[in-house]
Amino acid sequence: MSIRSLILSGVLAATTALPAFAQTELQWWHAMTGANNEVVDTLAKEFNDSQKDYKVVPVFKGTYPETLNAGIAAFRAKQTPAIIQVFDVGTGVMMGAEGAVKPVAEVLEAAGEKFDKSKYLPGIVAYYSKPDGTMLSFPYNSSSPILYYNKDIFKKAGLDVDNPPKTWQEVFETARKIKKSGASDCGYTSTWLTWIHLENFAAWNDVPYGTEENGLAGTDVKLELNEPIYVEHFKALADLAKEGVFRYGGRTSEAKQLFLSGECAMLTESSGGLGDVVKSGINYGIGQLPYDENAKSAPQNTIPGGASLWVFGGKSDEEYKGIGAFFKFLSQTDVQQRLHEKSGYLPVTTAAYEQTKKSGFYEKNPGRETPITQMMGKEPTGNSKGVRLPNLPQIRDIENEQFEALLAGKQDAQTTMDNIVKLGNAAIAEAQ
Amino acid sequence: MPKAVFPNRFLPYLLLAPQVAITLVFFYWPASQALYQSTLKEDPFGLKSKFVGLANFAAVLGDPDYLHSVRVTVVFSVSTAVLALALALFLATAAEKVVRGKAFYRTLLIWPYAVAPAVAGLLWLFMFNPAMGTFAYLLRDAGYRWNPLLDGDQAMVLVVVAAAWKQISYNFLFFVAALQSIPRSLIEAAAIDGASSTKRFWTIVFPLIAPTTFFLLVVNTVYAFFDTFGIIDAVTGGGPAQATQTLVYKVYNDGFVNLDLGGSAAQSVILMAIVIALTAVQFRYVERRVHYG
Repeated sequence: MSIRSLILSGVLAATTALPAFAQTELQWWHAMTGANNEVVDTLAKEFNDSQKDYKVVPVFKGTYPETLNAGIAAFRAKQTPAIIQVFDVGTGVMMGAEGAVKPVAEVLEAAGEKFDKSKYLPGIVAYYSKPDGTMLSFPYNSSSPILYYNKDIFKKAGLDVDNPPKTWQEVFETARKIKKSGASDCGYTSTWLTWIHLENFAAWNDVPYGTEENGLAGTDVKLELNEPIYVEHFKALADLAKEGVFRYGGRTSEAKQLFLSGECAMLTESSGGLGDVVKSGINYGIGQLPYDENAKSAPQNTIPGGASLWVFGGKSDEEYKGIGAFFKFLSQTDVQQRLHEKSGYLPVTTAAYEQTKKSGFYEKNPGRETPITQMMGKEPTGNSKGVRLPNLPQIRDIENEQFEALLAGKQDAQTTMDNIVKLGNAAIAEAQ
Repeated sequence: MPKAVFPNRFLPYLLLAPQVAITLVFFYWPASQALYQSTLKEDPFGLKSKFVGLANFAAVLGDPDYLHSVRVTVVFSVSTAVLALALALFLATAAEKVVRGKAFYRTLLIWPYAVAPAVAGLLWLFMFNPAMGTFAYLLRDAGYRWNPLLDGDQAMVLVVVAAAWKQISYNFLFFVAALQSIPRSLIEAAAIDGASSTKRFWTIVFPLIAPTTFFLLVVNTVYAFFDTFGIIDAVTGGGPAQATQTLVYKVYNDGFVNLDLGGSAAQSVILMAIVIALTAVQFRYVERRVHYG
């Protein structure tokens, strides 16, 4: 290389503000879209600007299941990213990969950071830990399902705008009233039927989803989803669908669109969907997740959904140091508070929750504390710590197929729930 | 007559080598991997694996969902092929009759072929998705209960139309070429004898383009079988309740969503056998019967 080109490259480097020394690049694979994708990019940029040694590069990998598959394929090809975002139901899959992942506590220690579990919200820590208490992944975006309702439609239908329905029975009745009044054609819709109407339904009503504490106490799980409380619930939902009061949107978060467009008056969806609801400018209100009035100890507590950040094994010490520094950055109280206020995801540290409370944010934004209080209100029981199966994505697939047959009027609720148990149990046994 | 022989003994092998290498890398190697994988039971990360012999095949063939998927595939492929062929033939005969701007119409009709399957799927999804599709709103306003998210038959219609739409251009090209190869004198003679244009089409044109039609039928079936994954993934994701889950989609879903790699590999081996059978049919019949003028 001639002296001239050396100088030239030096000038180029200086003008483009690229650091001249080696920077460790850390890829962060994620599945965030819309408003939440902007948050990911902002966080990476802020971290990169705050120091010079590491550069976090966010890479969008598609939906949650697609991102998990990309990670698995990358592991098999020995080309893993530094950080991968894995959704709640993928937790069981990742936990099964002993040796493939590095527990988050060890990663933080590599960055010279002492990992103190007590700083994090207990419900979230419990969900992402092994039975022996080792926390495996970093809870990035935790959410819990809540009820959104359109205040304009409520007003038009002559309903109390400040008093959303509290139980499922009330939701169904309100939805019928709305349709009848002509305020909107569709009374109620829901995203993620499996997560909201089965996994959280079980926890919130304090009824078992399966044996072995829903899989948290052991892997030999038998589903208990054909109990009368579930059958009754889905029978009511199927009746509403037949009347055109409930509209099915799809298996994941497609139904959100039906609410944002003003077609459906009520929506149950993750608190993480809040960013898009705010963006749409709709006049919305938030209510607690509805519970079943026949459940004796309801409401119990909801379980966290969303996703956490996993770190693969076999990386260099330098990379682990960088990842640890990034996690430390993410845990800062200010960052967590902003993440919470902007996106509707829950703050993961107690300090961030306290600071948000003190700032008066919840007074100004009623309903925004709901997803936290409903998750932390009560000490979890054996039914409400979460659901963990080695193949939960597959079980959800089975459940969705059966729901679609039910809502299309091809089979009744009892057959639907019996099929879920029969096919689900066979799939769980196969995955052992 | 002297045989043409290469003077160098190694040159022919050298010239063949690139083709052989490509076939080895892109067909034999993955195919043998699939065969090997289909005899294993393995966790998603490949940390533990166990040899299970033909158990994966037994599980697949004994699975009612798999047989359902075979039926779905047959319905989907036949409908797609028939629809794509019929519309293309109609358009090609219509384009033949156009006097001015022939080239312009042809170019327009060929365009959709350049659209990627996933994009084609999204296009149709945007038009007919019950939550946001313009046409979905029109249909509902007209009083028709349009909901492919729950109605399996409607979902099937949607993916068939999207898949056929993409293939029409390809068929159109072949039909135009076939129509042009028919001697004008034959058609004119029939016209002088007083045969109507419908009569001329069924008694002269259609039999003469039959070889092309048969060739296209095979090509279209293979297309519907294997190249429509992107459309199905974008439009229905195999749903509702497996109503549009074709064999290829099931391989993907079982392998990459449900993470059952052994079962998925067994399915892909079965598919491989089907391709080989289809190709054999194509060579036996098509090569013998098609004459391009």
